[in-house]
Amino acid sequence: MTIDVRTEHGIAVVSLKGDIDLQYSPKLRKKLLELLGERRNLLVDLAHVRYIDSSGVASLVEAFQLARKHGTRFGLVGVSTAAMRVLQLARLDRVFSIFPALDDVFGAEGWAS
Amino acid sequence: MTIEPEAAPGETPGDLIAELRFPARPARLKQVRALVRRSAAACGCNESWVHDLVVAVDEACQNIIRHAYNGRRGDIVLTILRDGKALVVRLVDFAPPVDVTRIRPRPLDELRPGGLGTHFIHELMDEVTFLPPPPGAGNLLQMTKRLEPS
Repeated sequence: MTIDVRTEHGIAVVSLKGDIDLQYSPKLRKKLLELLGERRNLLVDLAHVRYIDSSGVASLVEAFQLARKHGTRFGLVGVSTAAMRVLQLARLDRVFSIFPALDDVFGAEGWAS
Repeated sequence: MTIEPEAAPGETPGDLIAELRFPARPARLKQVRALVRRSAAACGCNESWVHDLVVAVDEACQNIIRHAYNGRRGDIVLTILRDGKALVVRLVDFAPPVDVTRIRPRPLDELRPGGLGTHFIHELMDEVTFLPPPPGAGNLLQMTKRLEPS
């Protein structure tokens, strides 16, 4: 798994690539919590995620909860088929803010800076 | 030590597709997923069926690593069998026997980070059963999924 972080329109965009499994989810969790600690709106791009397991999903849930606590935004973008399947199994597709593409986020209420 | 697929008494083992003994460590799960993916694809199942099987096996291995071995060293023996119109996956570990009554999926209406793995396994597989383990082993988990050729 690789993690790439950039800023667009004031939002921290975290792009993930590869397999998010028990080996790598602690690294993802650490990065997400670190960025949220800076009180930033955060987007996780899952377009290039080939595989995500329950530990990876747990990292997203923890980040979502921390963002809510801080009053900042947390969302997912470009969710791959494999990732969406797992989110649906966890019924989290109804919980997370999910956007098809980055352009959809910048026009959304509460996200544009 | 050799683990025979017919380890559980009274069970029909089916045709052996793949077998792998590996250290119960997170770094080995990618290799396990690749083997499960290849084995399931060879049965002619579609991509989403294969993905679901891979998720279930990966989560079951994680449960062994995190809860059965719980930081201790040990191996897992993965056996993939074809039994008629179903794929049967067996996972044998050498950890202390788990209390099966304590393994159950959590309610999904609770939004919290952990505890999803067991839910995934039960959601994705048709049968999930702990069988009597072979001599010298700790636990034997058998999971069955009906084949859906594409």
